[in-house]
Amino acid sequence: MAARVLPLATRLAIVSRLFAVQASWNYEILIGNGIGFCVEPALRLLPGGAGGDAYRASLARQSQYFNAHPYLASFAVGALARAELDGQPPERIERFRTALCGPLGSVGDRLVWVGLLPTCSFASLALFGLGASPLVCVLAFLLMYNAGHVSLRLWGLQMGWANGFGVAAALGHPILRMGPVWLARAGTLLAGMAVPLTVMRLVNGGGIARTGVTLLAAAAGAGTLVLFHGRVEGWRLALLAGFAALVLFLLRHA
Amino acid sequence: MIVDVLVLGVVGAILGLDTVSFPQAQISRPIVSATLGGAFMGNASVGLMCGVLLELFAHETLPFGASRYPEWGSASPIAGAAAAAGAAVGSVPMALLFAVPFGLLTASVGGWSMVQLRNLNARLAHRRLDALARGSARTVVGLQVAGASADLVRGGIVAVGAATIALPTVRWIAVQPAPLAPYAIPMLAALGGGVAAGAAWKMFHATAGTRWFGLAGLAIGVALVAALAR
Repeated sequence: MAARVLPLATRLAIVSRLFAVQASWNYEILIGNGIGFCVEPALRLLPGGAGGDAYRASLARQSQYFNAHPYLASFAVGALARAELDGQPPERIERFRTALCGPLGSVGDRLVWVGLLPTCSFASLALFGLGASPLVCVLAFLLMYNAGHVSLRLWGLQMGWANGFGVAAALGHPILRMGPVWLARAGTLLAGMAVPLTVMRLVNGGGIARTGVTLLAAAAGAGTLVLFHGRVEGWRLALLAGFAALVLFLLRHA
Repeated sequence: MIVDVLVLGVVGAILGLDTVSFPQAQISRPIVSATLGGAFMGNASVGLMCGVLLELFAHETLPFGASRYPEWGSASPIAGAAAAAGAAVGSVPMALLFAVPFGLLTASVGGWSMVQLRNLNARLAHRRLDALARGSARTVVGLQVAGASADLVRGGIVAVGAATIALPTVRWIAVQPAPLAPYAIPMLAALGGGVAAGAAWKMFHATAGTRWFGLAGLAIGVALVAALAR
């Protein structure tokens, strides 16, 4: 594969579009159109330029059904742009495109939705519990999360572009392989700290006794949810319990 | 109040867009967006309390691809604003006892509206499959812009509807005499803490070694509570 440099303007256009890769998410082609949208600036570099035969054939290929985690879609965008500009055979590109869907979905879900997001959230909740101001809680969460989020999108595009069809091997990178494990461990540690601290600050002024009783009630609730895992959704129960309590509290006086 | 509702509608539309369409920077998370809503109504601290409570519940609802999940972006700023609006005229606990379940309800409605949007996007894409197969850049860009625009409108409608109901209601509820009000925040904290702890177990228990990390975190957390909650 010949060394090739993606022009800065093209790279910037792709990066900015990556943040909107899911804008037309739908049950027909999922993020397929989004992938075409993101790859499109690179396709203008094909022989014949924008609107040429090669451009239109490539864009049609890239706008078909596709599924991936939105952040890790950048790996696919980089790799597919590289494959198209290298003039790889269309049937090979289509097979490669299909093969990418599974890994980019499952790795992304474990790394981001079950790793980075709850870990950053529990960290900011712990800060709240320790008495941080609204500004500190909000900024800490956004900075921690988006340091990971933006880096992942940029790194993915770079890895995809640099490796082309070899990007599957790059998915074995330690960050993607071990990242979910270490984030899960950090998330668990922070969850253990954050829940008691958050409850303590919320019942502010209640003292150790009220905090302790509230924590015991929370532990009982957590145990029940774990016991009925998959059959009960706690937030739905909380919605009903919250409105029921509201009515009770208002009627108690009336 | 009309100005408040309209501004909150714009805020809800923008934050709702962040959930899926653009830029997914998690400014839609309750801890951020409810604090913003509270700050808009002049009390960021109460907005943060509401956001923290909603954030605890949000751990149970991860935004996996095609699954249906609550949409926090357009719901949380309204909940935070409602909590702050109630606190401005009456009791903080009663304001939160309304704002938090109302935020959960609005997020659920927002989740339903996202499913409708995805169906609409699917119909739009289906009608243009031929143009996509011809490699029409105009169609590709048009579908992205249409999807994002529709999502913006969707979030705005959810937020305006929610704010129209929430602001007058919370101002009435917060001034009602309620002898049980001191139990409101501990009850919400117990519900939120239980859901978050249960969700943490569900998310992390399959990973080797997390049990010890969880126990270590809990020990640190409880020790800090024992030292600080006096």
